[in-house]
Amino acid sequence: MAKLSLNQRAALLSVILLVVTILIWEAAIPAQQAVGELTEYERLTGGGAPRAGVPAPSQVIVKAWEELSNPFYDAGPNDKGIGIQIGYSLYRVLTGYLLAALVAIPLGFLIGMSQVAFKALNPFIQVLRPISPLAWMPLALFIIQDSEASAIFVIFICSIWPMLINTAFGVAGVRQDWVNVARTHELGHLRTAFTVILPAAAPTIVTGMRISIGIAWLVIVAAEMLVGGTGIGYYVWNEWNNLDLTSVVFSILMIGIVGMLLDCAFGVVQRAVAYVE
Amino acid sequence: MSKPFLSVENLTQIYPDGQGGDLTVFEDATFGVEKGEFVVILGHSGCGKSTIMNILAGLAEPSSGVVKMDGFEVSGPSLDRGVVFQNYSLLPWLSTLKNVTFGVAARHPEWSRQQVIDHSKNYLAMVGLEGDVIHRKPSQLSGGMRQRVSIARAFANHPKLLLLDEPFGALDALTRGTIQDELLKIWGGTEQTVFMITHDIDEAILLADRILLMSNGPFARVAESVEITIPRPRNRTDIVEHANYYAIRNHLVHFLGQRSKEISGKAKGSATNRPETVRIDRTGPAADGPGDAPRRLRAVIT
Repeated sequence: MAKLSLNQRAALLSVILLVVTILIWEAAIPAQQAVGELTEYERLTGGGAPRAGVPAPSQVIVKAWEELSNPFYDAGPNDKGIGIQIGYSLYRVLTGYLLAALVAIPLGFLIGMSQVAFKALNPFIQVLRPISPLAWMPLALFIIQDSEASAIFVIFICSIWPMLINTAFGVAGVRQDWVNVARTHELGHLRTAFTVILPAAAPTIVTGMRISIGIAWLVIVAAEMLVGGTGIGYYVWNEWNNLDLTSVVFSILMIGIVGMLLDCAFGVVQRAVAYVE
Repeated sequence: MSKPFLSVENLTQIYPDGQGGDLTVFEDATFGVEKGEFVVILGHSGCGKSTIMNILAGLAEPSSGVVKMDGFEVSGPSLDRGVVFQNYSLLPWLSTLKNVTFGVAARHPEWSRQQVIDHSKNYLAMVGLEGDVIHRKPSQLSGGMRQRVSIARAFANHPKLLLLDEPFGALDALTRGTIQDELLKIWGGTEQTVFMITHDIDEAILLADRILLMSNGPFARVAESVEITIPRPRNRTDIVEHANYYAIRNHLVHFLGQRSKEISGKAKGSATNRPETVRIDRTGPAADGPGDAPRRLRAVIT
């Protein structure tokens, strides 16, 4: 045992925790009583009907296997595979997020470079930033008149702030020495921005992008519950209306896994742009 | 006499002192540097050495006064004035080689990629950086190696004026000695004009043709210009044997230890703002023959 490395011990502990949790969960769900054991009275009052309850992990695993073995089936508006639903959510998140990046990063550059722009825009940022993105939904639905685009707008508005603030912060914090190196080498403004300021601020900018994608993924579930139609958020809400809690638990797990993968992707980018002073 | 290559005229720097008033750091600094000359400026902290350096580099604007190089007034930074900063100022996300090619490519945009790389490698080799080392990031290099990269970057660009801002200030004494030797070697092969700041008297004597001494701030001024009458090539172990070494060293120590304080603030007294030229030569007229005479020595009058 003492020979195991730190990582091995941590992995072992993780597996033990997982198994113990699942066993406790499984044991805590009372088994459905067989219909034969019911009294006549219970049968008459509906005791024999399948009862909605929190599913046992074994049921969730069966459900997951079923869903994941055919993730892209499409049997009408209310019955689509999990892959299709997640695909819709990712499409909305990435569209809103990329639009936000296109606005936030150049604007953040400007704010970071210019004290005047920073002071002028700061009050607006401070007021707009704490607004829950879902609060924009009614206004977005009214103005855009399209639920799909409104969901994308909500993602846009929630992911813009961390990127904007981090870009401005990163750009403003670039060491004057490095800017001086660019100046003594007669680099123009554009070349200084791309060859010195951007790489110097990149770790801070990517951190902002990573926070943004996390928030966007949190918000899309709620946004899709509101706008409906497609997407993982809609799927959760639809299964709740169907009282299919097994599917609800399964989709909750899927939301977590996709969120983790998005975060990992940005973790890779973060490592690529990191530098040691 | 014609104007020197670099001429600094009546440079004055005034900062707000934070209490509504003004603080004059230095006043009417006037001096010249000849082409190919190695000039070192010595003075206490706060006398504005670094500010003068930044003004020469074009990174700062003086409150009044002008700097002329080759007859043209200096405004803004330029590739003609290369700078080696005390903290190396290497870009940490680039490899050692790329830090140099970065500068070379900016200087010679018309060169091919290969030309830029070859030229950069040559200069890195001159400061003893070859092989795998040049692909490491600055954070993986020692302080001495980083400063070598910075020196290579500056020399590779052949600036008309090379500015060294306490380049060895952050290095330990042994490394400092090695890199001073390398600097002398690489400088000896060129006709590079160098202007350098240092705190280290021995370093100044080893490297310089002429040492400018500044009085203490506020109202600091360039008080003296001391010629280093020790022939080149110099060597750190041999120059201490030279008859002039301790005479010059004592003069510098005396100035920095005592007179820099005494004369501080009394700028306007003399008729001229030019530093007083001091020439100390104990070798006698016989030893000062043509063969022995310091090659780079000359009086500079602006």
